[in-house]
Amino acid sequence: MNTTVLHSAHIAAGAKMVDFFGWDMPINYGSQIEEHHGVRKDAGMFDVSHMTIVDVTGPQAKDYLRYLLANDVAKLTEKGKALYSGMINESGGVVDDLIVYYFDETNYRLVVNSATKEKDINWLNKVAAPFDVNVKEQTAFAMIAVQGPHAKEKSATLFTEAQKEAVAGMKPFFGVQAEDLFIATTGYTGETGYEIMVPKARAIEFWNGLLAAGVVPCGLGARDTLRLEAGMNLYGQDMDETVSPLAANMGWTISWEPKERDFMGRLALENQKAEGTQKAVGLVFRDKGVLRAGLTVKTADGEGKITSGTFSPTLGHSIALARIPTGDGAAVGSIVQVEMRKKWVDVEIVKPSFVRNGKSVL
Amino acid sequence: MSNVPNNLRYASTHEWVRTDGNGVFTVGITEHAQDLLGDMVFLDLPDVGDGVTTGEDCAVAESVKAASDVYAPLTGEIIEVNEELENSPELVNSDPFGEGWLFKMKAEDPEEVEGLLDAEAYAGIIEDE
Repeated sequence: MNTTVLHSAHIAAGAKMVDFFGWDMPINYGSQIEEHHGVRKDAGMFDVSHMTIVDVTGPQAKDYLRYLLANDVAKLTEKGKALYSGMINESGGVVDDLIVYYFDETNYRLVVNSATKEKDINWLNKVAAPFDVNVKEQTAFAMIAVQGPHAKEKSATLFTEAQKEAVAGMKPFFGVQAEDLFIATTGYTGETGYEIMVPKARAIEFWNGLLAAGVVPCGLGARDTLRLEAGMNLYGQDMDETVSPLAANMGWTISWEPKERDFMGRLALENQKAEGTQKAVGLVFRDKGVLRAGLTVKTADGEGKITSGTFSPTLGHSIALARIPTGDGAAVGSIVQVEMRKKWVDVEIVKPSFVRNGKSVL
Repeated sequence: MSNVPNNLRYASTHEWVRTDGNGVFTVGITEHAQDLLGDMVFLDLPDVGDGVTTGEDCAVAESVKAASDVYAPLTGEIIEVNEELENSPELVNSDPFGEGWLFKMKAEDPEEVEGLLDAEAYAGIIEDE
């Protein structure tokens, strides 16, 4: 099994480990609900070193990414600015979702999912063939996400003066290489904070420094409840190669303009748009019981299904993301039915976002 | 390795039973069971006065991970449920053999408890899992 450079630190912290797509990763360090609250109320950290960092450089780096991604990297003009996008296949399904950082028009960095690493690398290389670019996996870093209302100040206790200066006033969704660290104002929790790439040799020391600063170690369990409260998709669960981004709340990540820009999947997406697709909605259930992935959803316009469901520790009841037929029955405020433990229960449709910055947005 | 107290009896479906005297028994789920389920979020308990039969699903322990049926370890009547769990389901995680008890029941035949597993036999079962 693959392990990250922080593996021994997880064991030392009492982590319960699970097999996450071939990686031996912490699911929790005792209580995933306490870890969840730690992030919402203070600061928590996640080892995300299993994620894949890919540097794209060369004279045609910009042209390549404008063809590879449904979102348009031409929007990126400020150094360090990040963009969320899907990679779409010829049939209009999602190959993966990723974040791309812009340094200049010949130099970008991508962060893609770990579960899909091999497939992604093959896809990146295949699409790169006609372009004068260099696509290279970056393996020198571990990656630690530090998230929560006090994440930035606690992280800063480990920064040098130059690093503090580099991140001062940095807006959300930017990244900067500051001495040996790459520090980005991105995350997967709906809280403020950083995702920090740290040289592998320093990773354990950095992790222990964060522990000493009072940052709570958090596992994949809390990572999932936090991202779901924030209404963020999980690849493989809320979308995959068979699902249109238009049916997965990713329509906003598709840049249709300028029309002249051809990109992978464009034709298929235009057809899907013309024909109509299902849509992704949020569900809330305020009674006892938990909405779970895979459950059928009955709406006025037909059946759909829950793609991710959980108990929301912040809200104290269950929430879910579901993909259902488009129509009046999918409007916010509509009541739909879900079969939960052999009983059909009423569930309310909401926008697919539940918690931001520690507070309910319902 | 999970804690398996010697003074309790067990069902192979991971309930524990404590003999309180006068035919009354306290029932909960084992430390091993709560560890498999993870953080508890809801306990759906039977009503006081319900009659239950050995092996009948009479409660649901729902965690962040999954919902799991709890089976009556004995035949009898539910005489008390742990109201604390309504607001503090995490007691099942933090103190499964104590404050995290689920319900008390009056057994029809108090001798039935002798047919349940003892600590050693239950420890053997969870070791094999």
